[in-house]
Amino acid sequence: MIRFILLQNRQGKTRLAKYYVPLEDSEKHKVEYEVHRLVVNRDPKFTNFVEFRTHKVIYRRYAGLFFSLCVDITDNELAYLECIHLFVEILDHFFSNVCELDLVFNFHKVYLILDEFILAGELQETSKRVCIFLNFVFWLFLVWLELMSMPYPS
Amino acid sequence: MAGASIMETLFQRNLEDLIKASRQQQVRESLFISKSMDEIRREIKSTDLHTKSIALQKLSYLSSLHGLDMSFAAFHAIEVVSSPQFLHKKIGYHAITQSFNDDTPVMLLITNQLRKDMNSSNHFEVSLALECLSRIGNIDLARDLTPEVFTLLSSIKAFVKKKAIAVVLRVFEKYPDAVRVCFKRLVENLESSDPIIVSAVIGVFCELSLKDPRSYLPLAPEFYKILVDSKNNWLLIKVLKIFAKLASLEPRLAKRIADPICEHMRRTGAKSLMFECIKTVVSSLSEYESAVKLAVVKIQEFLVDDDPNLKYLGLHALSTIAPKHLWAVLENKEFVIKSLSDGDFNIKLESLRLVMAMVSESNVAEITRVLVNYALKSDPEFCNKILGSILSTCSKNLYEVIVDFDWYASLLGEMARIPHCQKGEEIENQLIDIGMRVKDVRPELVHVSRDLLIDPALLGNPFLHNILSAAAWLSGEYVEFSRNPFELMEALLQPRTSLLPSSIRAMYVQSTFKVLISYVHSYFLHKENVASSIDSGNQASEVPESFSQRKFPESSDLTSEAPACSEQDGDFNPRDSNQSFEDLSTENDGDVTVTHGQASTSASLGKNSFTQESIVNLLNLVELALGPLSRSHDVEIQERTKNVLGFIDLIKKEILNPIIQGEQYLAREGTEASNAVKLMRDAFSKELGPVSTSAQERVAVPDGLTLKEDLSDLEMICGDALLPLSSSFSLGSPQYGEKFDAPLSNLQSKDESEPLKESTSLLAEHRKRHGLYYLSSEMGEIVSNEYPPANDPMSQDKLSDDAADLVKLTEQSVASKKKPNNVKPRPVVLKLDGDEIAIAAKKPELNSGMLSGAVRDVLLGSEALPTSSRSNLSDKPSSNKKGKEKLNTDLPLESKDNLGGEEMPGGAASSRKSKHRSHGKERRHKSVGKNGEEKEDNSQKKETQKSNHRHGRHKPRQKADGPLNVVAQTPVIPDFLL
Repeated sequence: MIRFILLQNRQGKTRLAKYYVPLEDSEKHKVEYEVHRLVVNRDPKFTNFVEFRTHKVIYRRYAGLFFSLCVDITDNELAYLECIHLFVEILDHFFSNVCELDLVFNFHKVYLILDEFILAGELQETSKRVCIFLNFVFWLFLVWLELMSMPYPS
Repeated sequence: MAGASIMETLFQRNLEDLIKASRQQQVRESLFISKSMDEIRREIKSTDLHTKSIALQKLSYLSSLHGLDMSFAAFHAIEVVSSPQFLHKKIGYHAITQSFNDDTPVMLLITNQLRKDMNSSNHFEVSLALECLSRIGNIDLARDLTPEVFTLLSSIKAFVKKKAIAVVLRVFEKYPDAVRVCFKRLVENLESSDPIIVSAVIGVFCELSLKDPRSYLPLAPEFYKILVDSKNNWLLIKVLKIFAKLASLEPRLAKRIADPICEHMRRTGAKSLMFECIKTVVSSLSEYESAVKLAVVKIQEFLVDDDPNLKYLGLHALSTIAPKHLWAVLENKEFVIKSLSDGDFNIKLESLRLVMAMVSESNVAEITRVLVNYALKSDPEFCNKILGSILSTCSKNLYEVIVDFDWYASLLGEMARIPHCQKGEEIENQLIDIGMRVKDVRPELVHVSRDLLIDPALLGNPFLHNILSAAAWLSGEYVEFSRNPFELMEALLQPRTSLLPSSIRAMYVQSTFKVLISYVHSYFLHKENVASSIDSGNQASEVPESFSQRKFPESSDLTSEAPACSEQDGDFNPRDSNQSFEDLSTENDGDVTVTHGQASTSASLGKNSFTQESIVNLLNLVELALGPLSRSHDVEIQERTKNVLGFIDLIKKEILNPIIQGEQYLAREGTEASNAVKLMRDAFSKELGPVSTSAQERVAVPDGLTLKEDLSDLEMICGDALLPLSSSFSLGSPQYGEKFDAPLSNLQSKDESEPLKESTSLLAEHRKRHGLYYLSSEMGEIVSNEYPPANDPMSQDKLSDDAADLVKLTEQSVASKKKPNNVKPRPVVLKLDGDEIAIAAKKPELNSGMLSGAVRDVLLGSEALPTSSRSNLSDKPSSNKKGKEKLNTDLPLESKDNLGGEEMPGGAASSRKSKHRSHGKERRHKSVGKNGEEKEDNSQKKETQKSNHRHGRHKPRQKADGPLNVVAQTPVIPDFLL
């Protein structure tokens, strides 16, 4: 089961954080700091797995962004590594050549995608095509709603 | 008001504005954030939902990326969620999932909103509500929303269904009774044609079976079908995980899945699936030779891959299989050793583990040599990992792999000197432990300790202080093996000892005392010897002055009574201190030949190495060094120092006296000082050994002794019995006085030791075992009997031994009988019955755990699974106390249900009441209680309807469960396995 997912840049700024287990705010902050420290100095030639407390963090670096997934110690590392890649591909598809700024400015949309991707700590979509399709529908729906709700005189 | 709200709406900054603004003001971020927060706080109070929701959205953005507290907005979030607009709902639910936890006070208000949204016809709203429930669901929510989740489980929209399935896991965890309602539908979905649905269900079962695999054995046929048919790698990985758990419970299942797994291994190109197959084989199918062979081949492919991830995972798989198939590791030995120098810490660590797995009696010396050299070169962290694993491997099963303990003692000394060494505590424990367990190694240990103590540089390293403490203790305790007590004394008193922490300094002072006693005792003995020789007319060559300044390394052998006494070790009778000198000397000669071959010739010369001058020098040295410490603020140091100084005061007079009074005075037996020294010496020379944890049990209860059951009474009795005993031993105390009444206390001790002899042995044993209860009397003992801190590492050590023993339940007796036919026989390692007994005691405990699990299953049927998963919940760091309490209140309810279905409404109501009471909000509780009641009725109806249905359907399952667990292995499983 996925405990949390973190997107951080090299400076340690969190761009996205989603926790699937309840954590205190201060604890979240500490976790983000620790994960960043664990991950940032690792050589690209090293393994993509780090032990983190009683769990393990599977991370992958894309340009200046670290995608870190914290999973149970018994989970399959390679599968989650693929899962990170799948997630990045989905983002890439949405923002066409995703970059850090896209994530910064589309905060809620990224969450939307993530919620379709992972629910309750379990991967929902394992095939790229279906996922993208569904998200696309959802996306259109949302845009439509946004348009509808924009002019809002009381 | 309305005007203000419109203004706000029109000029409100939306999230994008906020983000843009924040990016432009990077310099003073905190100021910007606090300003924005003020703005948000104002806006969020707006009556306009749109303004409110935008404010909430900004708040959740700031909170999630800057860690701001947003709990104040909990109520606003609920308001936003209740908006009819989807966008608002979305923002509200996002804020709720992000900020709510079990303690959030407004949690109860959300139940109805969630229910409404779950029943909505818009499946996006449903999915929002499900996502929210999956994240914040507590026991109340889980219970109240179970019917909705149940309905959604059979939704025709896959989009909703898969989410409902994922949420079920959370509901089960929080509210185990939901299993009765939802389990069947969950299982039905396993046969769904939609791979996404199946994948979601398998995900749930994978999580559930991690916690309590036994309950899911009956589902094995379904899982097996997926294993054989599915082409989805993700699904296969999850199924393999389930099977890895199930196969270890049911060997016949393992046999069945071995082939399909091998098939997958041969066929698949996906590394993740391949790795999962390997993992399953090495962890659960290690008896199937062909599968293991194939897995090892695949592991080798991983190892030679360029990808460090695969390399690491390959090593990891190897170390999993190492205990059962060491050949797999040996085959890849070269690669493993090479990986030790890999750049990645993970890989290094994994290969270190594998190297340690290869250690055996024959190669332990070579491997540790390589590793120690390696540790010298590597970075501090890995260096300590290496040292730690060497220490733990070598000490495993009471130093099973060690044959040459002299070598091991020097290895410990060497490890202590490695610059980055931080394993002080472990080395300390082992030094003391082998000192006590292995008699033959003591001379070497004393030698190693001396080298450590004498090096002033080591005192500067705080990590080594523990080791130095052990070294000091060893040199004091086994001072009879010391070649040069004077040098040792100087080492113990060197000025840099001021760098030590006070507890270890106290240890040093105590060791000084022991060395001093031993030295002075030898001196007196020697004097007497000379005197008696003079008396018997052998003056010819035995004049001490003729040997004046010569120092014989063997000088202290004179006093080596310990080996003699240790022959009766385990015997706690106070040693008879009145041995005549003649006996002693012959005994000593014997010992000398035994322990130090080289000493036999020079023994007679050695006796004469003490001179008046040297002893006075020594006393002066001690006085000078310890003088300042007698005013130490640490009571331990102060007390021990005072003891030593008092003792010196006592004997100094008499040592200096002979100069005035002549040799003959001292020669007379029974002078105060020599008697005192002898007694102290006897006290110190009593061997300290490891005490079995079961020592107390082995002491037979004497006739006529009625033991009280009440322990407090017992303690009182023991306390009484001990008091006189301890005072008889407390020779140290009179030293403070100007006048020393040695003869008196001497007499006293002898008198009392006679009648107390038997009970003393019992008490002493008991005292060693239950040091805690004897706190007061132990204090009195410090001076005379033993050095208490040594006990702590001792007991700790034993504990760790027990643990190590537990891990490897190898036959102890076999191990001890197995005498390696080396040139040098392995010395006896003292073992305690406790070690074995502890194993025996723990073993059934483990079994009983499984048994109780089985019993639980039998009693509660399939419904019981979440009970166990629920208990596991408490392991999660995140689950909070309140939640647990609630869970506990639910327990009786559940058992009631199982006894009789009719009782359910009552039980449920009462438990709900109690829960609400715990919230403390009377009013809210009432209204919600009402709602709950109504709903309860509804669900009750529903449930009764379903229950027939359910029972019918569940019957085969329960049947399967029942016999399976009652009789260990029944023919039921094969039926399922087709």
